[in-house]
Amino acid sequence: MRQYITRRLLQMIPVLIGVSILIFLIFQAAPGDALTGMVDPKMSYETKQKIRKQLHLDEPAIVQYKYWVTNAIKGNFGESFYFKQPVGKVMNTYIWNSFYLSLASFLLSVLIAIPIGVISATRQYSFLDYFFTVFALIGISMPSFFFGLLLIKWFAVDAHIFPVSGMMTPGSTAVGFAKFKDVMYHMTLPLIVLTLGSVAGLMRYTRSSMLEVIRQDYVRTARAKGLREKVVIYKHALRNALIPVVTIFGMWLPGLFSGAMITEAIFNWPGIGPIELLAVNNRDYPLLMGVNMLLAFLTLLGNLIADVTYALVDPRIRLK
Amino acid sequence: MAELEKNTKKVDVKGAKKEDIMSPWKVVWHRLKRNKLAMVGLYTLLFMVLLAIFGPVVQKYAFGITMEKIDLYNISAPPSLKHPLGTDEVGRDILTRLMYGGRISLTVGIVAVSISVLIGSVIGGISGYYGGLIDGIIMRLVDIFMCFPFFPLLLMLAAVLSDYKVDPKYRIYFVMIIIGILSWTGLARLVRGQILSLREQEFMQAAEALGLRDRRKIFRHLLPNTFASIIVSATLGIGSAILSESALSYLGLGVTPPYPSWGQMVQVATDYYAMSVEYWKWIPPGVCIFLTVMAINLFGDGLRDALDPKLKR
Repeated sequence: MRQYITRRLLQMIPVLIGVSILIFLIFQAAPGDALTGMVDPKMSYETKQKIRKQLHLDEPAIVQYKYWVTNAIKGNFGESFYFKQPVGKVMNTYIWNSFYLSLASFLLSVLIAIPIGVISATRQYSFLDYFFTVFALIGISMPSFFFGLLLIKWFAVDAHIFPVSGMMTPGSTAVGFAKFKDVMYHMTLPLIVLTLGSVAGLMRYTRSSMLEVIRQDYVRTARAKGLREKVVIYKHALRNALIPVVTIFGMWLPGLFSGAMITEAIFNWPGIGPIELLAVNNRDYPLLMGVNMLLAFLTLLGNLIADVTYALVDPRIRLK
Repeated sequence: MAELEKNTKKVDVKGAKKEDIMSPWKVVWHRLKRNKLAMVGLYTLLFMVLLAIFGPVVQKYAFGITMEKIDLYNISAPPSLKHPLGTDEVGRDILTRLMYGGRISLTVGIVAVSISVLIGSVIGGISGYYGGLIDGIIMRLVDIFMCFPFFPLLLMLAAVLSDYKVDPKYRIYFVMIIIGILSWTGLARLVRGQILSLREQEFMQAAEALGLRDRRKIFRHLLPNTFASIIVSATLGIGSAILSESALSYLGLGVTPPYPSWGQMVQVATDYYAMSVEYWKWIPPGVCIFLTVMAINLFGDGLRDALDPKLKR
């Protein structure tokens, strides 16, 4: 197992290098550089050249890439052009806001999706099954920006039940439980949007996995020895049905930190999503490189965790 | 094959029962027809497609309204008899723009998916057939693409387009291409996996014995056997391509004015007044995106069930 994990960690390196080259190439493809668009127009050409020199923007792409890599290995992702702060610091400021929102949505999705999936599977082709299937498809088909706007219009603008945007009431100095309450109050609408989107996939996954399990012999045996249906389904069948679902949890890891770009942007949630949008619009490439490399790393790590947990919960799987 | 189909048709015409030989596609169609949700999806989709194709023509010749026509007496007007869905901030008819937007959004979806299916199935086919080093390299490449957050990459490429100030007319095509080349990885993996098992089967030994060229073996013998999953993933892919396009256009990085697209029309809702009062400007296009994608998903889901022989009811 240890050997397997080490090898997988080593395999990440070429993939990460590939990702970094890809992002770098995209920036090189754009005309001009970070100084063309955003900097004060009054700045003289000489000053601009000086800054370019400082940031190594005047050197060929491959040299720039070399600078970036050597610093990145030391954990230094450069300084964000837009925020004028180290990339690590910017990410650290915003990523946790994304994390809280995504974690809440993740927990809520699991709480909703797994029971729904089980009900759908145990009553396949019933009215409830169709109802939940359609519900799941609505979740997949609904554009998050449109759903978010609808919720803002209905619940914030028309009904005044929830705030329009933000994470806390402006100027609020609340601490402790009062702060938590305020954040939850602001979180409700984005939480609904995010959860609707993610319940669907998890529910369908649970359903199909459950459908496969309840047809197996040992489930029939459990019934035959006179166990109550509840015990058969929730104790014997569900445990095995959840094995493949576990892999989905691992894949959720990058999602927990990447934030939902559009949802966060619509609700003005100060997470990593709107920051990435800002970075794209301002060609802030150190920041974008940093964020995307982190996400790529988390994706690979998530896949690894998924595979390892899969082997842990299912003794039939042997990792080689 | 054609002869066989003719025969089965003849049998059908005579009003024969279900025991008769049916072509595989007919079997699928029969199973699909029994799935009410899938049929609802199919009809909704057909309705949207027909509306997008013929709606603008009818508007133009029957009422003299085009995408660009400005009604100066009705600017930002709410729905009325003359403008069933109202007008936008420069007095253009929303319904007409909605139908044009449908043309663009649907085309983007279909073209983007065609591109990704083409790349995905060819690469998946090659990777699965040759295996070994080629497979290893291709699959690492797929890994790189896959561990990349899809939407940020899409945004960055779209931003590059904006930097080059691409003419809106051509920009639409670039958007299609970008979405297409970013979404082939899933299909490539799917096709590769199936081909890995298919190439060990007996008919491939027969193909080998006949001394067929590799190209023929891949494209004539292996890939056709993966059509079922390609079709399902293409159908569902159109839905997600439309969603990607609409999100991109909503952020102002996709289809740009003067060409309308559904996502771009929802953009007016970023203005607080438009969002709270002028609901006719942004709710209809949003509903259109939702309905179209929902219809595609319902149909694609039904198609998957109909094509899966394990799921006989």
